[in-house]
Amino acid sequence: MDMPRPDARVLDRRAEIVARLTEVLPADAVISDPAETRAYECDALTAYRCAPLAVVLPASTEEVSAALRVCHEMGVPVVPRGAGTSLAGGALPTEDSVILGVARMTEVLETDYADRIIRVQTGRTNLSVTGAVEEEGFFYAPDPSSQLACAIAGNIAMNSGGAHCLKYGVTTNNLLGVRMVLMDGTVVDLGGAHLDAEGLDLLGLVCGSEGQLGVVTEATLRILRKPEGATPVLIGFSSNEVAGACVSDIIKAGVLPVAIEFMDRPCIRACEAFAGAGYPDCEALLIVEVEGSPQEIAEQLALITEIARRHDPVELREAANAEEAARIWLGRKSAFGAMGQINDYICLDGTIPVSKLPEVLAGIRSLSEKYGLEVANVFHAGDGNMHPLILFDANGGELEKAEAMGADILTLCVEAGGCLTGEHGVGIEKRDLMAVQYAPADLEAQMRVKDVFDPGWLLNPAKVFPLAASAARRTAAE
Amino acid sequence: MRPETEDDLARLVAGADGPLRIRGGGTRDIGRPVPGEVLETGGLSGVTLYEPGALTLVVGAGTPLAEVEAVLAAEGQRLPFEPIDHRALLGTGGAPTIGGVVAANVSGPRRISVGAARDFCLGVRFVDGTGTVVKAGGRVMKNVTGYDLVRLMAGSWGTLGVLTEVSLKVLARPVTEATLVRRGLSAAEGVGALSTALTSPYDVTGAAHLGPGQETRVRIEGLSGSVDYRTGRLADLLGGGWEVVRDAESAALWEEVRDLRPFAARAGAVWRVSVRPSKGPGLTAALEAAGLSHEAIYDWGGGLVWLLTEDTGDAGAATIRAEVARRGGHATLVRASEETRAAVPVFQPQAEGVAALSRALRQRFDPRGILNPGLMS
Repeated sequence: MDMPRPDARVLDRRAEIVARLTEVLPADAVISDPAETRAYECDALTAYRCAPLAVVLPASTEEVSAALRVCHEMGVPVVPRGAGTSLAGGALPTEDSVILGVARMTEVLETDYADRIIRVQTGRTNLSVTGAVEEEGFFYAPDPSSQLACAIAGNIAMNSGGAHCLKYGVTTNNLLGVRMVLMDGTVVDLGGAHLDAEGLDLLGLVCGSEGQLGVVTEATLRILRKPEGATPVLIGFSSNEVAGACVSDIIKAGVLPVAIEFMDRPCIRACEAFAGAGYPDCEALLIVEVEGSPQEIAEQLALITEIARRHDPVELREAANAEEAARIWLGRKSAFGAMGQINDYICLDGTIPVSKLPEVLAGIRSLSEKYGLEVANVFHAGDGNMHPLILFDANGGELEKAEAMGADILTLCVEAGGCLTGEHGVGIEKRDLMAVQYAPADLEAQMRVKDVFDPGWLLNPAKVFPLAASAARRTAAE
Repeated sequence: MRPETEDDLARLVAGADGPLRIRGGGTRDIGRPVPGEVLETGGLSGVTLYEPGALTLVVGAGTPLAEVEAVLAAEGQRLPFEPIDHRALLGTGGAPTIGGVVAANVSGPRRISVGAARDFCLGVRFVDGTGTVVKAGGRVMKNVTGYDLVRLMAGSWGTLGVLTEVSLKVLARPVTEATLVRRGLSAAEGVGALSTALTSPYDVTGAAHLGPGQETRVRIEGLSGSVDYRTGRLADLLGGGWEVVRDAESAALWEEVRDLRPFAARAGAVWRVSVRPSKGPGLTAALEAAGLSHEAIYDWGGGLVWLLTEDTGDAGAATIRAEVARRGGHATLVRASEETRAAVPVFQPQAEGVAALSRALRQRFDPRGILNPGLMS
């Protein structure tokens, strides 16, 4: 994975940059000791590492603004960082960059149940947003699997999803307003506690812009009243095709499950070996979860099981109580841990039209044979967001082969009418595949947006766009 | 000008030597009056792809909304965001197009539950002000590949580009619906009841109050047993005096709210105000106190306030915008004479930092300033 050559003029001024940052920030908010900056050398895409020039950890919007102003004046690239859980390398530094972490900004600023909103500083973790409102029976809907650790700042940067977005949507559908600092230090407010920000939808544009347009320091989020209950049903099938057809029929039927999760045989076996959840040994498995009161759950499950029976399931297991429900989820929730025990893995994130599931799974299988690497599939089937896990041996030098195979799988997703990433983001990981999905004019339109928010291309500049496509802009700015 | 293909449209825009007024069905005459030659999108019509099992529809931007709705209805599906039909309110004719719905981000009462029009836009194709064809997003339900230009285009009123094709997420029509109705509540009481309903776990998909003494309405949709259950629980939770109407009768109540029928037959200017829901009644009380005579309809649980004012002077702009600014939110002058709309900012004036970003985006996407110039000012 190429990264741009660090700017020697920035590296040469390292001491001066650190001194200027120390002038505008509290002493303990600037980290420049190489022993300490090393902690910021990567995010959850651990194959790529590079310690930054310095790290700043501001505690307020004003401090973020002050730090960015210094970096802007001195021409220093800035890489914003939430909790560092990006799977796409979104927070990977370069040697000439300053990491701006929001980890110290974790306050709840306002909670209003009547208006169903919470306003938080964006260093707060996803799960602790729900934690702040659950005593009153509310929750924050987007639930990425890293929700215990990941920060709202990163959720906004990547427009994170989760297992329940079939019903509740992703971050952008639950974000009402932000306070954001532009690279030159200007503070802007977009949206608020009301619906639909006025004028052009800059809020929608900022969400999912991977920290390239500004640093979001505060967010107003929609909170929802918790449903009365939720129950999963587990359905096993003898082929992926049949499981895929069942998914289509369920979402067509007028019942909107909160989640439809799909696991294929390699994944089922690995999870079973790891967690012993009692899954049947079959080709494909669906976990469908519905919400409501006990009567409402029964009504929805009756409809879903009737649809499933039309597809001759090899197993159909309703959870009779909380313990059985937990067992149904146990295997799925331990899927990544199970894989991690067997092997190193790359987790992909392509999304495809639901109708193309069987075809794409078959394509992945033949790529798996071609590369001689095993793939386990576990994903959010209701919205077509796949998560193929490519298993490989990092010590055996298989990383490059696994990456090449990952690129082929994502190309397959795009050719099927889908996209490279459904919820993880582009980062550095899929940057050079953007040309597979977008024509040059499409990328140009996106880069024009960055020109507007960050004319100097200093914010997270080496991400999202193929390096060759952004080269002219990045170097012109130097 | 009425291009029949995207390529023709691109050539027309590239070759244009003056401003263009982009027109779908011409039913939403909203915004600052725009000079220029009319560019109609009606030629870019037809369903490109419809996969009911994937909840996906791809359609030419000039396709009449009625045609889209008929195609979906045949499969028991619909556009969930319940777009407003502006014809009665604005006194316009013609047939609304799906491109117009997206360009104006038109969402109705169900917006509080499922989201706005832009939340259902999966992808768009458009021609920018230089005549370049651009694709954004795609046709899948989850997509974070690159910037979300789809949301930027939705609600940009043709000022950044001319939409040629839109991909939409659709949903199944529910089996049944019911509405709880109560008369005689004040605005504060009505909005209070709506808030109680919306903070319950009973999945309310409509929450409107039609004015002091008028009806307060709460809608439930879904499977029949579930609708019965939730209707019963809500009736208990809200206290006595609520009557339940079902199915077609219920649907008619929401068409009335969606299309703002009570204001359609009345003369005057109409404002659309978005505030935090609990601030709705306080806003109208403050307008009253400031001497601005008006009537109000509250949708979105109180968060969307429609105001009917006299179409004289600034139609109440200064007072309304001052009170909205105090509470956070925005006010758009949806209906007024051309003279009023030429004199008063139709869209909410923005803070300078945000306005500068919007100006710069327009400059990048439409460097010659020829696409609906000034419409959103």
